[in-house]
Amino acid sequence: MENYVTFGRRQVTKEENFTPGHRACVGCAEALAVRLACKVLGKNTIVVNATGCMEVISTPLPTTAWEIPWIHTIFENTGAVVSGVEAGLKVLMRKGKRSQRKVNMVVMAGDGGTSDIGLQALSGALERGHDFLYICLDNEAYMNTGIQRSSATPYGASTTTAPAGKKSIGQITWKKNMPEVAAAHDIPYVATACPSYPFDLMDKVAKGAAMLGPAYIHILSVCPTGWRLAPDLAIEVGRLAVRTGIFPLYEIENGKYRFTVKTPKLKPVEEYLKMQGRFRHLAEKDIAHIQDRVNQEYAKLQDKVALTNKPED
Amino acid sequence: MSNRVGIEVSRAIAVAAKLARVDVVAAYPITPQTHIVEDIAELVANGELDASYVPVESEHSAMSACLGASAVGARAFTATAGQGLELMHEVLYVASAMQLPIVMSLANRALSSPLSIWGDHSDAMSMRDTGWIQLFAANGQEVLDNILCAFRIAEDRKVLLPTVVHLDGFHLTHVIEPISIPEPSEVDGFLPPFNYPLPLDPDKPVTMGAFAPPYIYPETKKAQQVNLLAAKPVILQSWKEFGDHFGRYYSPVESYRAEGAKVLLLTMGSYSETATLAIDSLRKDGKMVGALSLRLWRPFPFEEIRQAVKGADVLIVLDRAVSFGGPGGPVCSEIKAVLYDEARRPKIVGVVGGLGGRDISPSDFVSIINRGIEISQTGSEQEFEMFGVRE
Repeated sequence: MENYVTFGRRQVTKEENFTPGHRACVGCAEALAVRLACKVLGKNTIVVNATGCMEVISTPLPTTAWEIPWIHTIFENTGAVVSGVEAGLKVLMRKGKRSQRKVNMVVMAGDGGTSDIGLQALSGALERGHDFLYICLDNEAYMNTGIQRSSATPYGASTTTAPAGKKSIGQITWKKNMPEVAAAHDIPYVATACPSYPFDLMDKVAKGAAMLGPAYIHILSVCPTGWRLAPDLAIEVGRLAVRTGIFPLYEIENGKYRFTVKTPKLKPVEEYLKMQGRFRHLAEKDIAHIQDRVNQEYAKLQDKVALTNKPED
Repeated sequence: MSNRVGIEVSRAIAVAAKLARVDVVAAYPITPQTHIVEDIAELVANGELDASYVPVESEHSAMSACLGASAVGARAFTATAGQGLELMHEVLYVASAMQLPIVMSLANRALSSPLSIWGDHSDAMSMRDTGWIQLFAANGQEVLDNILCAFRIAEDRKVLLPTVVHLDGFHLTHVIEPISIPEPSEVDGFLPPFNYPLPLDPDKPVTMGAFAPPYIYPETKKAQQVNLLAAKPVILQSWKEFGDHFGRYYSPVESYRAEGAKVLLLTMGSYSETATLAIDSLRKDGKMVGALSLRLWRPFPFEEIRQAVKGADVLIVLDRAVSFGGPGGPVCSEIKAVLYDEARRPKIVGVVGGLGGRDISPSDFVSIINRGIEISQTGSEQEFEMFGVRE
């Protein structure tokens, strides 16, 4: 038991496969998400990393923060690289060149590497049904290159390529619903997670990794640097994203939707928006507009939960 | 015992992949490569080849999936052409720099626009500096033989570099030739199983593809250059052993009636064979002409080329690609650079021809050689001439 830390009735391994000493910004919730995921994944894992924050903070030659096999090639191809890893391992095991065992094959990529430039390779891998877990670490912009907008940037956020100005509120499009895009491939498991809810996150990583076939987990990763907030607020802001209904925590297991963290009464989105410099410029009407949209989206999700959990007639 | 059969060259490539016992094939269809990947898919579907066939959604993903497969220690193969190669372009550099010994056959095809599915070397030349070992084949037998050699070369511990076998789209991919197919046991004796030294393996974790700040990047590139040059003795040795096993010997530069020739024509790929007919006819007329065919494009065979052109007064280089606004076709430019420091060197004439599948017949080659001789004496107003183009 000395290798475990106890939190109430939960025990978490002390083993770190994503080790300290990397170069993430102070307060980076994305690095925390990776750390938690790696605790669950354990040693029998191969990580395929896209170009992005987690890649550059963890592997400047000749150093590495990874205690598990890890590969990075380029930005937009992780879906394809993991397909090759999976196909290769499978055939080597079949031919007796590698020992038969369950190896978690896990992609880690940012929101740009997932919902923009890497979408095609991801869609191909999901459609072909490779046995892997895809973790999208969503900090809602191209943070590694300096806070440029992506299709995952939320409406109204100011970024360096969609800045707020006299004639613009910044991002004028709604965040691409990537979990639904993944779910549309009819894969066995899709979930959302946030490191502000560590046990929920770890449970989902465990479930996704154990699932036979493709699994997709979309992790909202608060970025104090890019979202313009104090580093010690990352966990609190992540919690508010969930409690306002902006980023509900749910899973879709074999088509069935389920809320994993219940939020019976949603907090107003204003509480979340006001904490972040990227939304500082928003007027009341903009906030009301966002509130309307969040209400609609949340209701849609509730409908899906109800619809897919109907008792059999 | 080899079995000599009439077979389409594309099908022979699939047979080569089977003989090499490839583990993973990731491919996306594109003319004129399609017969290759269709046949491999069929071999896998029929259980004749125990491999994972990954029908990816693009060539970019084809090469990326090969990266992943190779990184876990699987023998990976793909094939593409033209636009497909362009789409996978950035991934090509990664394969060589990360020392993943993928083997690819490239059905050489012209590049858009205008769209052309027919052959030339524009695609091949675009991958010139990607760090791959590159071989050009002149006929179907060379294609099959060199794909087997490619695995042997690529996977050698002293090499570990991806290798491409270039073959002309349609002029080779779609012709039926008599080809000697070796027995599987013979191939097993020549090509040992792939044993990648440091694969992605949970029992022995490695970090692959870390990034390089300026304090270390140039060292990685120097290492790559040293590595590619060091591949040459392995290439020569592999060809020698292939010859010892199968009776067919290959060399970096092939010559035809070059002995004592005052005029030499240098080509790459299948036109090398057509050119020999022109050489024969000119020789009949008493002209001292010969032909060279460049088989090893990377690493470049400096010494062999210098030796091969000694004694010639004129060297005509046929390129099947254009370096727009540049000094000549890419091959001619390189040949000029390689020979520049020689005390005695032939007059070098650059000709571009055969673009987008335009045929060059034996009599066309006679015209090219005669015009080359003329230019060598009188000069030309242009840095290079494009053969047979209507103006």
